[in-house]
Amino acid sequence: MTPLSERTVRGLKVGDMVYLTGSVVTGRDEMHIRAIENSRHGRPVPEGIEGSVLFHCGPIVVRDGGGWKVVAAGPTTSARMDSLEPEMIRRFGIRAVIGKGGMSKEVGDAMREVGCVYLAAVGGAAVSIAESIVEVCGADWQDLGMAEAIWRFRTERMGPLVVAMDSEGNSLYENVRSRLVKDV
Amino acid sequence: MIKLPEPVDQIVVNLLKAANTKLPSDIGWALEAAAGWEADPMARVQLGAIMDNVKKAEFLGRPMCQDTGVPTFYVKGRFNASIRGEIAKGLKKATETVPLRPNTVDPLTRKNHGDNLGKGMPAIHYNPTDDDFLEIAVLIKGAGSENMTRLAMLNPSDGIEGVKRFVIDSVLDAGGKPCPPGVVGVGIGGTADECVAMSKEALMSPLDAENADPLLKEMEEDLFVKLNGSGLGPMGLGGSTTVLGVKVRTAYCHTASLPVAVSIGCWATRRAVARITGTSVEYTQGADL
Ligand code: SF4
Repeated sequence: MTPLSERTVRGLKVGDMVYLTGSVVTGRDEMHIRAIENSRHGRPVPEGIEGSVLFHCGPIVVRDGGGWKVVAAGPTTSARMDSLEPEMIRRFGIRAVIGKGGMSKEVGDAMREVGCVYLAAVGGAAVSIAESIVEVCGADWQDLGMAEAIWRFRTERMGPLVVAMDSEGNSLYENVRSRLVKDV
Repeated sequence: MIKLPEPVDQIVVNLLKAANTKLPSDIGWALEAAAGWEADPMARVQLGAIMDNVKKAEFLGRPMCQDTGVPTFYVKGRFNASIRGEIAKGLKKATETVPLRPNTVDPLTRKNHGDNLGKGMPAIHYNPTDDDFLEIAVLIKGAGSENMTRLAMLNPSDGIEGVKRFVIDSVLDAGGKPCPPGVVGVGIGGTADECVAMSKEALMSPLDAENADPLLKEMEEDLFVKLNGSGLGPMGLGGSTTVLGVKVRTAYCHTASLPVAVSIGCWATRRAVARITGTSVEYTQGADL
């Protein structure tokens, strides 16, 4: 349930499976760049980023009467945002990042510092996730294009989401990587 | 160009709709089989969620994944130069009607015209023949998997072992990013550019189509076993299902070269083929190009 408190987030451990109900905002490469730029120069950013659950996602959205309807909304590859995310988490106090594929150790450090977790959504499960989005509450920075814009969603039982990086610096990806059998 | 029972742009819309909303049945079966033997509980959840999503997408007629990629078209048979414009027209229409996510941008300014076109688009490979049919095939995979494409110009002395080493490293380094379990396309030989093209083309053939070359068949099986024994698992979260299939293609190459390319297809390796004769259009979900 959002908003997530620091206490709730710090209570999550790698391997836990959760479902999310509440608000999430989407953001990919371009959104990260602009949000950080604006914040550095003291310019405003759209509401809802501060303390948010940040979803790495470029959805397919269509006009539906006066509003919007989400057709498909799976996670995108988070590692593309590796170099931007530590500053993003620190500046905006992000509480959870939803994505796929995991993120770098530097991101893990910022998560530990601020109290944030990485939730792995099932890559490509775009229709199931779209079905859990019950409302599009807003859209900003539409000039970035459908995929890169900011979308604010209200979700109901979005998941399954796996806690893949926790606020103690543990990473499920690292655990798997360190045990990989690479023989030819 | 042969006489067509339906305009090319409409056939392209049909292909893009079919490919995006219905997972090829061979990949669906492979996922089900994997779910049957997978023991890791986390991996089972991932596979279950994927299959559930595939069912919903087909039922609702929606794209199974939001990343509808940059479709690659393969045209074979009899056609003339106008086909490029007609495929472009179909792609633009499908972007609105399926709908597809407008993905194409200028590589440097990142400007997006919203229609999946732009300079150099659509991506089409041509193979003109004297046959009395026209075949249009489309392969769709998102950037998550496309970004993991690798090419290596190995030394000839690296041999088969070196090739396998490169394939295994490419898949394991990619980790969860290309949404495993998927299909691994491998190109060996040719020129550098041909090698990459072969590795991608290999993803068009159905998983149950056997490789006619015994040496390549053995290599595919060996890589399949080793990759699934690696422990990477669905979404890179651990388990014994890392790939659903491995497809190898070869071509003669320079005596001083050993090019190897790896194209990773995500679980959502989407394909559709239309074989068009003067009187009919037959749609399938894969073909050995
Ligand atoms: S890698 Fe494939 S399944 Fe995963 S998000 Fe991209 S297109 Fe979808």
